[in-house]
Order: sequence, then structure tokens, then C-alpha cells
Amino acid sequence: MGMTMTQKILAAHAGLDKVEAGQLVLVDLDLVLGNDITSPVAIKAFQQMGRETVFDKEKVTMVMDHFAPNKDIKAAQQCMMCRDFCGEQEITNFYDVGQMGIEHALLPEKGLVVSGDAVIGADSHTCTYGALGAFSTGVGSTDMACGMAIGKAWFKVPAALKFELKGKLRPYVSGKDVILHIIGMIGVDGALYKSMEFVGDGLASLTMADRLCMANMAIEAGAKNGIFAVDEITKAYVKAHSDREPVVYEADADAVYEKTYVIDLSEIGHTVAFPHLPENTKTTDEIGDIPIQQVVIGSCTNGRLEDLEAAAKIMQGKKVAKGVRCIVIPATQNIYLEAMEKGYLKTFIECGAVVSTPTCGPCLGGYMGILAEGERAVATTNRNFVGRMGHVDSEIYLASPEVAAASAITGKISAPEEVL
Amino acid sequence: MKMTGSVIKYGDNVDTDVIIPARYLNTSDHKELASHCMEDIDKTFAARVKPGDILVAGWNFGCGSSREHAPIAIKASGISLVIAKSFARIFYRNAINIGLAIVESPEAADAIAEGNVITADLDNGVLHNETTGQDYAVEAFPAFIQTIIENGGLVESIRNGSIR
Repeated sequence: MGMTMTQKILAAHAGLDKVEAGQLVLVDLDLVLGNDITSPVAIKAFQQMGRETVFDKEKVTMVMDHFAPNKDIKAAQQCMMCRDFCGEQEITNFYDVGQMGIEHALLPEKGLVVSGDAVIGADSHTCTYGALGAFSTGVGSTDMACGMAIGKAWFKVPAALKFELKGKLRPYVSGKDVILHIIGMIGVDGALYKSMEFVGDGLASLTMADRLCMANMAIEAGAKNGIFAVDEITKAYVKAHSDREPVVYEADADAVYEKTYVIDLSEIGHTVAFPHLPENTKTTDEIGDIPIQQVVIGSCTNGRLEDLEAAAKIMQGKKVAKGVRCIVIPATQNIYLEAMEKGYLKTFIECGAVVSTPTCGPCLGGYMGILAEGERAVATTNRNFVGRMGHVDSEIYLASPEVAAASAITGKISAPEEVL
Repeated sequence: MKMTGSVIKYGDNVDTDVIIPARYLNTSDHKELASHCMEDIDKTFAARVKPGDILVAGWNFGCGSSREHAPIAIKASGISLVIAKSFARIFYRNAINIGLAIVESPEAADAIAEGNVITADLDNGVLHNETTGQDYAVEAFPAFIQTIIENGGLVESIRNGSIR
């Protein structure tokens, strides 16, 4: 029996020729990530482990993105703890305000992850780097501490689901619509403990931004990781961002998949996840008038340059509807700068939106766009749980940047075609 | 490992955002986290939970964010065991790593009602419902995980060299 892409990466990093689903393995890590919320807990655990230094100061990274720039005194203390620790340990890749961006947009951009890597991060959306053909998964702070101490993590080798993509996306439909469609189809625990492996001719029409967005939300189906087959698009991206040599793992022809889903990209419409689960999906042609008060365009899911470009093209020359607050958050400093140079930020501001410095802020109800009782938001983020973005009686509708931009203009959940 | 406690029960897909809302993640103080545990789905939880109580839930318990603050808040609330139909994977490993006992049993999670008193014998894989007299068999942990638990969690396992 053959191995999946994920199983091959795990086997290689565990020093084994072969692994199979269900086997427990201790894996060598290429990168260990934490942010300003999860790292303080990990730092305490690391100190309790009695270790003096991290296993490799080049392979531990911390990004101050969740409540940074510091939202309050407690958040400031947490960032200070990370800053002090990274200073003492001489961590090379510590990203503070000024250099930081939203972690899962930042790490690929900085070239810290390449195809074939095994990565853990104390953040559930660490699965994002599967877009690069890496094994990467979210863990807790204690696992992060263990990773920092010994450069290893234990895993149960996952079984896998195969998603064979074919066809080409329709105009104004993007990776977000595809992954919401898939989560709607298999449910929020449809891939529990498993890998989601994306392959097929359809990959050719998906940009790296589309793929990063899709792998990012694998966790919203309960998956251990999402991973894309490596093609020329991946190789070009990795080459442009990293000096490290990628290692390409392909699934064996006889790899075992519990189930294969064939998805025709050309059949996917503008997809929106209704409150309070990412699986509650509908297409924009199935819904009536749903007035909204806020739009958030950004996050580790959809704060990349391509996302801002898509939103700006729709919003160009129009005005944000009266009564709607539209918040745009470029995910990294680089994206911010490029969006400025390309005129997207000007478009947003002229249209009545605000543009924030990179932060996770509103996505998890931290700051920079908290919802009041009874308010509704369209967000390009990844979770619409009860109270996620503010008051327990507020509502979040997850959508693509295209739908979010159109909704900001009309003041209700709208397909892009309504404003074009 | 053996424990007895009365049951507080919730439904499916209890996510880590409701277990401990992100607005309280500016601290890692266990008591403070416990004081806000479950507050977005059950404002009465923190006031009524007693040491030793057992939490019972449906499918996909602990889905969402990887915040270890979630099992920490539950454990610091005094909960001795979580029984669910299934657990989200990050919550599952976090619970093991910090030493919060958890068992997966769709049968038990269905049958056990709010307020029932449960005695759990995890070494022998039996949950006994003192209120109804019913027994439910549960699976023991794999050996590797047992090692982590026997050593008091992952931190101690690294410290004493049983995992290197």
C-alpha cells in the first residue's frame, strides 16, 4: 500500500521508510511558530521543562499579530514576555510591530516555509502552509514548548480525504468560495483527524492566494492538515520567496484515501457561511435581503494582495453604503506597501472604508472592529462562531473578498455582479 | 485513574471561542480564565461548577482555535473529566498535554443526562452511571499517550527525559 503526500512527509521527518494511518510517530520539525497569545503559555512551559536554550534559534519563530499593536496593558505585557524571551534566546525570526504581519501570510512571504517541510504552530490556522506542499498543523502551547525544546512533535499518522479539482473558477469566484463549498459539503468535522489532499487539473486555475486560503480553512473541517500537490505555480512562488531548496512529495498511485471527492470548480458559485458554523453555507442566489452593519476584508485567510486587488476592483469609484463600516486589513507590511503602490488603499479610503495596520484584531473579537448586540458582519475571515467577533448576539457571515466588497457597497449580502 | 462527579451537559460543536472567549486571552492566569469559562454559551457555568464535576458534550468538542487556554480554563474550573462523542484534534492533544482527562464515547455522551453522577475508571475503561446504574465501555489511551499521562503531561515528560 502506498502513502499519501502527508504520510510521505511524516515518514521522511520521522526517519522511516514507511508509515501508515494510525501509527504514532515522533517527527523532526523544520519550524516551530507561536504568536503573542499562545507563546506566553509556551514560554512558561518551556521554562518548566528545564531547558536553557531552544533547539535551533533559526527554526523558532514568534509573530506579534493577534493583539498587536498592543490593544491593552495585559496584551502589552504578553508581547513584552515574547520580546524578552526571543531576545534572550537570540531568535532570528522574531516579528514585532513594524516587521510583523498576520503570521500565516507572513511566513510564506518571508520564505520560512518551503515544500516538503514539517511545521507546527501554536495557532490553529498553521495548516495554511499546506498550500506550499508542506505538512503543517496547529497545536497548543505545550506542543509548541516541546517543539522549541527538542525540535520534535508526536503525531498520529492521519488517514486522508482526496479532493480532485477539475475545471476552472468562474469570474469573481475564488479560493474562499471553493473551501466554503467543501466545508458546507463535508461539515465542520467532516475531515476530523484527517488530511485533506488537493490534487487535479483544476489546480492550474488556482493562484497561491487561493491555495493558501483553502489550506488555511482545512481546520474548519476538523482536518489535521490540508495539502496541495506541488506544481509550477508552487515552485515559482517558493523560488521567489526563499533560498531554501523545496522537496516535492507526491502521493503514490496506490495511496489510500478514505474517500475521493471530485469537484468541478466551474460549478462553484459565490458561497457564504451563515452563523454560527462555517458549514452553514448558501450561495448568494439562495438568499434574500440580509442587511449588514460591518464588513471586514483581511485576516490570515483573505488579507493577501490578490484579495485586496479583487476587493478594490469591485469598490473602485463606488461608495460604502450608509450605515456600513468597512474595515480593510492588509495582512503584512509588504502587502500594505504594495497595495499602496498599486492604488488599492486609495480606492478603499476614497470609497469610505478604513485601512488598518496588519493585525488579527477583529477576526477573533480582539479589537479593531468589535460587533455590538444584534449587528451583522460580512467577513473574509474564517470563523463565525457565537461571539467570535464581539457580542454573543452578533452575527458573522463568512465570504470571499469579492462578496465582502460588493456587500460593503450595497449594505446587504451581495454577489459581485450586483455592483458591477 | 478514577473519578466521580456530577454532570454538566452541552451539545455539538462546542468551540474554543465559547469555552474561553478571545477577549480574555490577554491573560494566561488559570483562575482568571476559569472565571470566564463557557460564559458565551452558559453564563451560569462558572458559578455552579463544583470540583470533580464531569463535562459531557456531543460531536467535535473543542473545535476552532488552538488556544490551550480552553482546556486550562476547563481544568481550572474543577472539571475532572470531559466525555464527548468526539473531540476536535487540537483540543484532544492539548487536553492530554496539560493533563485534563478526556474520553470519547458517543454512546455514553448520548445516554448520560445533566445532573447524573458518573464514576469513571479510566484504567479499566468503564464509565458507571450512579444515577441510572448503566455502564459504558470506553477505549483506553494508546501506550504512547499513556506515557505522557503517566509522567504528568508533556512538560514533565520532557523534563525527566522520558521523551527526548
